[in-house]
Amino acid sequence: MSIWEQLTGYLSFSFVRYALIAGVLIALCSSLLGVTLVLKRFSVIGDGLSHVAFGALAIATVLRLSNNMLLVMPVTVVCAVILLCANQNAKIKGDAAIAMLSVSALAIGYLIQNLFSSSANISGDVCSTLFGSTLILTLSKSDVWLCVGMSVVVMAIFLLFYHKIFAVTFDETFAAATGIRAGMYNLLIAVVTAVIIVLAMNLVGSLLTSALIVFPALSAMRLFRSFRGVIFCAAVISVVCAVVGLLISILASTPVGATIVIADLVAFLGCCGTGAVLRRK
Amino acid sequence: MAQLIGKDVTLGYEGNVVIEHLNFSVQTGDYLYIVGENGSGKSTLMKAILGLKSPMAGTITTGDGLQPDEIGYLPQQTAVQRDFPASVLEIVRSGCLNHSGFRPFYTKQEKQLALDNMERLGITHLAKRCYRELSGGQQQRVLLARALGATQKMLVLDEPVTGLDPKAQLELYELIAQLNRKDGITILMVSHDMEAAVKYASHVLHISKTPLFFGTKEDYLRSKIGQTYTGGTEA
Repeated sequence: MSIWEQLTGYLSFSFVRYALIAGVLIALCSSLLGVTLVLKRFSVIGDGLSHVAFGALAIATVLRLSNNMLLVMPVTVVCAVILLCANQNAKIKGDAAIAMLSVSALAIGYLIQNLFSSSANISGDVCSTLFGSTLILTLSKSDVWLCVGMSVVVMAIFLLFYHKIFAVTFDETFAAATGIRAGMYNLLIAVVTAVIIVLAMNLVGSLLTSALIVFPALSAMRLFRSFRGVIFCAAVISVVCAVVGLLISILASTPVGATIVIADLVAFLGCCGTGAVLRRK
Repeated sequence: MAQLIGKDVTLGYEGNVVIEHLNFSVQTGDYLYIVGENGSGKSTLMKAILGLKSPMAGTITTGDGLQPDEIGYLPQQTAVQRDFPASVLEIVRSGCLNHSGFRPFYTKQEKQLALDNMERLGITHLAKRCYRELSGGQQQRVLLARALGATQKMLVLDEPVTGLDPKAQLELYELIAQLNRKDGITILMVSHDMEAAVKYASHVLHISKTPLFFGTKEDYLRSKIGQTYTGGTEA
């Protein structure tokens, strides 16, 4: 059986199609916002928030909530707002606050799963939440619809406020001085970041989420020199890597999350090389 | 009526007073130098003028048709901007956002305004270039063009020549002076370059915890504080 026949065979399964749809949308959203987060020096926040989401997910599982998102989403959004908006006048500064929050969330999540979980395979459960090995392939129809809905909202916000997001990212003080409500846009960015991270956790697991945010932006910045160019390029790279990673992982039965991240890494190295060659000319 | 009036202004952080009892007024077309030692509260005052910080006491009000969000601003460069992937055109256009409300795109007039401002500052040929690859002087012109998108009335400049070579410094000073004289834009310059202050200013505000001097440049140069600070330079 050729690879092509194998692929079309897999694509006839609904769970594979769901995974592809969700993967493309999540990759697209995370790359759009990733550019802003990387440029605002907030890359680590993605990492911290994904750990918070892991902790919240553990609690939600133990509480046996019918829909985990009801707890995970609000908790992550609140933490995002605290981290991104209280940054300037907080007593504990930026990166230290993120480190503290993320390890605490990780510890609490693991502890709670260990103490209260009814499942026989705790380390398996934890591993799948951390690395997303199975989550993306077990999406139900309603999960996919949720993902589609959230992605549409994120993209609409991004398109609608594109110029303001650019202004606030490039120079927050100038934006605020000329009457753009920079605080409000920071809040918006924080909320959208949290939503994307919770969604991305389904795709690659909480430990690898920040790769989806950071890699496409960094790769695109090697090649393009305008904000719009970087955004477009990051979106394309991110989607291509997600699709390639997913297909490889299905064909070769490798872990989904890790494969997608490796695909992003390869793309980044490729962009570095191309960028260096272009610059020398 | 004055464009900007500060009445008995007290500024500070978390209960620590940086400046008190500051009174000043800026008329349309003035070129005001705000001078003082490091830590004297120059940048705090500037933030208050820009509306980024509210005074602990007293008021800063705008008048003569100037809206609070019509004060253009040339900030000091931040680390974020040094490797920011953005074209000159994107940056200059972003200055026009202050009247756009929730409109997600630029109007024709705004795009034209951006082009006009680039023409005015002689950076039209750089439009497609990447901001981070420009020289320091060119970058300041780009930021100046952006500030002109936000205002035709008043510009606040924060140590704009820092890090520029002498030739670029002189060019930038001349450009700003031209905007002041030819286009009647009011200039508020935060600086400790006294030589330039003597050359270009119409008024001087000298602060150090308390306002030490406010008045025209000529009076400043005759005053005791002005004599000490400028080393007795004649205008």
